[in-house]
Amino acid sequence: MSTQEAAAIGLTHQGSEDTGLGQRGPASKSIVVPYGFWLFVLSDMVLFSALFASYAALAHATDGGPTSNELFHRGLVAIETMALLISSFTCGLAIVAAKRGSMLWTQGWLLVTGLLGLVFLFIELYEFASMIAEGAGPQRSAFLSAFFTLVGCHGAHVTCGLLWIGTMMAQIWAKGFQPHIGRRLLCLSVFWHALDIIWVAIFTIVYLIGTLP
Amino acid sequence: MSEHEEPHAMNVAPGAPHDNLMSETVAYVIGLALALILTGISFWVASTSSLWGPGIAVGLVVLAIAQMGVHLVFFLHITSGPDNTNNVLALAFGVLIVFLVMIGTIWIMAHMNANMGPAPEMMNLMTQRG
Repeated sequence: MSTQEAAAIGLTHQGSEDTGLGQRGPASKSIVVPYGFWLFVLSDMVLFSALFASYAALAHATDGGPTSNELFHRGLVAIETMALLISSFTCGLAIVAAKRGSMLWTQGWLLVTGLLGLVFLFIELYEFASMIAEGAGPQRSAFLSAFFTLVGCHGAHVTCGLLWIGTMMAQIWAKGFQPHIGRRLLCLSVFWHALDIIWVAIFTIVYLIGTLP
Repeated sequence: MSEHEEPHAMNVAPGAPHDNLMSETVAYVIGLALALILTGISFWVASTSSLWGPGIAVGLVVLAIAQMGVHLVFFLHITSGPDNTNNVLALAFGVLIVFLVMIGTIWIMAHMNANMGPAPEMMNLMTQRG
């Protein structure tokens, strides 16, 4: 069957045979792959919502130990927030550069994104280490267990994202801007933006509301 | 990237920038500016004493939701256009589940806290070691 025949009976999805009844046939890979990844990201947010819910339920169960007001420092959190927000921005610029096919700018923006992610991760690890050194580790109280689970899970996601950024930089370098590399890069950007969205919820609920007087 | 192969695509992938070269960069810049403003307001609201105390937590949640909206629109390019229907529907379902889980848990656990245990000290032990 030739392509024209297939189009005539509606087996392809060229724009010319739009009947107004929605798209015919499977969408192309450039749509399906990021869409499937979008579904994963949303299910990841559902996972985080369970962690947020348990944190909210346990936030005051301190067992006589340190409270959120005594533990959290807003200055550090502000730096973390800036680092992650700007890295989200530069990740978007990397996508734009990749669309233009500019190797230098794509690699540059991805590098900046990764470095800002590293800054975020180091501050978070420093915070965790100093809390554990003060005796406020995850085993101290239900509040701290929930805190380390929630924020640690986000930190683990950022770590995965950093590994992914490094992988993508190598793949773009080695293979150039092929379609499947472009799809992976787009999925990476969706992942990285989603991490920033979850961080907005964390800094608001855990760090800002948790340290209200 | 591969969007150019199908000029009449009826769907767009989530996170794919819009087609116009200049406007896509501008979208990221606007998104960054709005997110910075909202973040700044959040930190200011949390540290100022000139606002009505009990309302601050609610205000912070509203600011956070607004900032998430900014991220979705300007960074992930979720729009209300017909080519985005699939993305929006998946997002709507995700948001529904997230709200059910969070509000449901907080609501139920608050009621259990209020209805169980005679003394706050007892309550603390029960949530700790239960």
